[in-house]
Amino acid sequence: MCLAVPGRVLEISERDGTRIAQVDFGGVSKEVCLEYVPDLQVGEYTIVHVGFALQRLDEQSALETLDLFRQMGELEAEFGDQWGRAAEQAGLPRPDLAPSMETVDSPAGPGGEAGPR
Amino acid sequence: MKYLDEFQDPALAKRLLDDIHATATQPWAMMEVCGGQTHSIIRHGLDQLLPDGIELIHGPGCPVCVTPLEVIDKALEIAARPDVIFCSFGDMLRVPGSDKDLFRVKSAGGDVRVVYSPLDALNLARQNPDKQVVFFGIGFETTAPPNAMTVYQAKRLGIENFSLLVSHVRVPPAIEAIMTSPDCRVQAFLAAGHVCTVMGTGEYPPLSERFAVPIVVTGFEPLDILEGIRRAVHQLEDGRAEVENAYPRVVLPEGNPVAVKMLEDVFEVVDRSWRGIGMIPKSGWRLSERYRAYDAEERFDVGDIHTQESSVCRSGEVLQGLIKPHECSAFGTLCTPRNPLGATMVSSEGACAAYYLYRRMSVPASGTSGSVPASGTSGSVPASGTSGSVPAQATGEEKKVTPVG
Amino acid sequence: MAEPLTLSQPASFEGWTCPLPLRDSPTIVMGHGGGGAMSGELVEHVFLPAFADDSLAQLGDSAVLPLLGGRVAFSTDSFVVRPLFFPGGSIGDLAVNGTVNDLAMSGAQALFLSAAFVLEEGTDVTKVGAVAQRLGAAARRAGVRVVTGDTKVVESGHGDEIYVNTAGVGVVAEGVEIRPDRARPGDVVIVSGDIGVHGIAIMSVREGLQFGTEVESDCQPLNSLVAAMLEVTQDIHVLRDPTRGGVATSLNEIAKASKVGVELAERSLPIPEVVANACAFLGLDPLQVANEGKLLAFVPRDRADEVLATMRAHPTGAGAAVIGECVAEHPGMVAATTGFGASRVVDLPIGEQLPRIC
Repeated sequence: MCLAVPGRVLEISERDGTRIAQVDFGGVSKEVCLEYVPDLQVGEYTIVHVGFALQRLDEQSALETLDLFRQMGELEAEFGDQWGRAAEQAGLPRPDLAPSMETVDSPAGPGGEAGPR
Repeated sequence: MKYLDEFQDPALAKRLLDDIHATATQPWAMMEVCGGQTHSIIRHGLDQLLPDGIELIHGPGCPVCVTPLEVIDKALEIAARPDVIFCSFGDMLRVPGSDKDLFRVKSAGGDVRVVYSPLDALNLARQNPDKQVVFFGIGFETTAPPNAMTVYQAKRLGIENFSLLVSHVRVPPAIEAIMTSPDCRVQAFLAAGHVCTVMGTGEYPPLSERFAVPIVVTGFEPLDILEGIRRAVHQLEDGRAEVENAYPRVVLPEGNPVAVKMLEDVFEVVDRSWRGIGMIPKSGWRLSERYRAYDAEERFDVGDIHTQESSVCRSGEVLQGLIKPHECSAFGTLCTPRNPLGATMVSSEGACAAYYLYRRMSVPASGTSGSVPASGTSGSVPASGTSGSVPAQATGEEKKVTPVG
Repeated sequence: MAEPLTLSQPASFEGWTCPLPLRDSPTIVMGHGGGGAMSGELVEHVFLPAFADDSLAQLGDSAVLPLLGGRVAFSTDSFVVRPLFFPGGSIGDLAVNGTVNDLAMSGAQALFLSAAFVLEEGTDVTKVGAVAQRLGAAARRAGVRVVTGDTKVVESGHGDEIYVNTAGVGVVAEGVEIRPDRARPGDVVIVSGDIGVHGIAIMSVREGLQFGTEVESDCQPLNSLVAAMLEVTQDIHVLRDPTRGGVATSLNEIAKASKVGVELAERSLPIPEVVANACAFLGLDPLQVANEGKLLAFVPRDRADEVLATMRAHPTGAGAAVIGECVAEHPGMVAATTGFGASRVVDLPIGEQLPRIC
């Protein structure tokens, strides 16, 4: 619920029996307590809140999420509402299409939306 | 910063917004629970970019804002004692108590220190064996594990002059309280991503089912928030009410079991009063029996506290999403960040502060409701010398407030 | 009561050695402020060599200086920075550049400075010497003379090692009218380089942050840059060095004084990545973080390109950029367009900056 920032583990050490790490946040680094993510390794990413690593950041997952966002527009362009887009570009309202043409031109895109805009 | 900057990409934001615009066919009102999310939304103007009719109701997820007045007054009393070094996160310094705040206590000679981490407070306790070091442990489930570990270490290392003034709150009971409130307009929730990082998502399906509301676990960066909204809109349009995880890079269904185990050891659930809202059963944590010796409320006999809230302040209604900050007559006039009447104007994640900081220009004069805010500035800047030009995606559309059923 | 501060690196007193041992006193004692022999020794062995000025060496009660032709600009500033030595600078550098820059913001070239010290009993004399040396060196770099000074000593616990005050005079050329109330709609807002650097350099020492490449304070004199700008046009409307409170504070003050609105484009702000990341980490807005060697200029639109080019050609203005413009709308308020095309108000920080956590 709070400011937790992603960082990369630079090195791991120990103090008073607790596992700590130097974590890099894009050129700024600080000491972080690793006790809650005991299997975190050097080079991995984690999110840090008030000096504690709270969870490993799954890089693969992050990249997949970004990919999903990128694809959103692409699939739109590929299969999406061509009439709507043309109208938008022309600054005109989307023309009223006969049902048969609608079926051809606007199948359900990603996320399951369908029907007229 | 890696894995932060990528989630602020305006081009990807546009795709998410296009999908939201294309999907919404009717008005919907959803609540973002966490103050950090509120701040991000207002700061980046994300709500200005949503379709008419999609309303974001700001939730009570600002721990600074909901810390009970009585606890603040106790903190002020303890901090003023000459043998005490009182440590706190910076946000708490100017939260108004009944008649003063920690800032004023410090000016009057109290040893009040801002720390970044509760471990800094523990270190101070080690360095100052002749003083009592008290750490103000406020926060939601995200901050509880750091505080728990600190108390655990204090006990393990035998640091006796350290104690914790606890005021932890839990999100799921708050959601329940909001949904059972008679004036509730919330139709979907954007759950707090970092709370779920710790606790997992297990507490939400029963709530989703019971109240028939979509609950989407959402992050904090602009793309994360837009994705959370997008998924919520899809569910609402489809008539579904499920728990979805839109923040999978750091939220696992089981959360962080190591942290949860520590919480179960160090804390126990109690009823807690939320400032501005009232008592919410089982919504708080206090130190468990084993760690009770480190509880500052037990260690310091604070005596009778008589609390006195401002009669003008409507923080509670803001926290419950019943009014927007600018609908309070004191907004921007009697109540400003410099002279706050309530906590929501102090905390950088309180809705009132966010509106004041970022929206003064475009919100209507206080007292009116439902009027049309001015659209964003043209933002055009002379081309000479600029490294990047201002993106042309200012929508310029006026946001009508549509009544939501 | 200050928290214990640790420097990210030991303070460097290189280049200064005590020429004569001060009478068995490695630390400042009350006697050094008494005006007697001990004071004299401090002046003679620490301050005079550092400032190396003939006027000063006369040790009169006041410096008598040649008549200054034109309007006199006069400014004073006190310096209480902690830590005394930080990456890229020291209280000595700030003491000179702060006042030189304040004079430059009126379009004046600083000619003469005073330097007054309030020393805490128990302070290391080598530290005082090092500060004095840095002050002298900064003065020479800025082309200004330290011609008069003062030293007082307060009891241990009643000061904070070293406080410095400098006051300075300079001359404003005929035809130059640079004032906070002269901004006009249509003016272009230019910043002379990267923002947020000084504050982060200081904060990093306080918060125990470490940087891959160290963030050094941008403390430097701006009088030469201003001279170059004035050669392009005398009609510069406003100059301001955004120190405490950052760019946000300066722009708000000017907007109010001139009764104009200011609009910024967030994407145009030159913020180094490391500063942006440190701010994200600490929960700070870079626009509210202090700068020490930067200026904001409000320039009439038709001269903006030329002024910008001149700034970029100057060593202290190489990173200059246009960040916004003045408008007639929302007078007294500063707004910014976010990367998403929405707009937000840019406000002053309330008092001390409180790093966000939650």
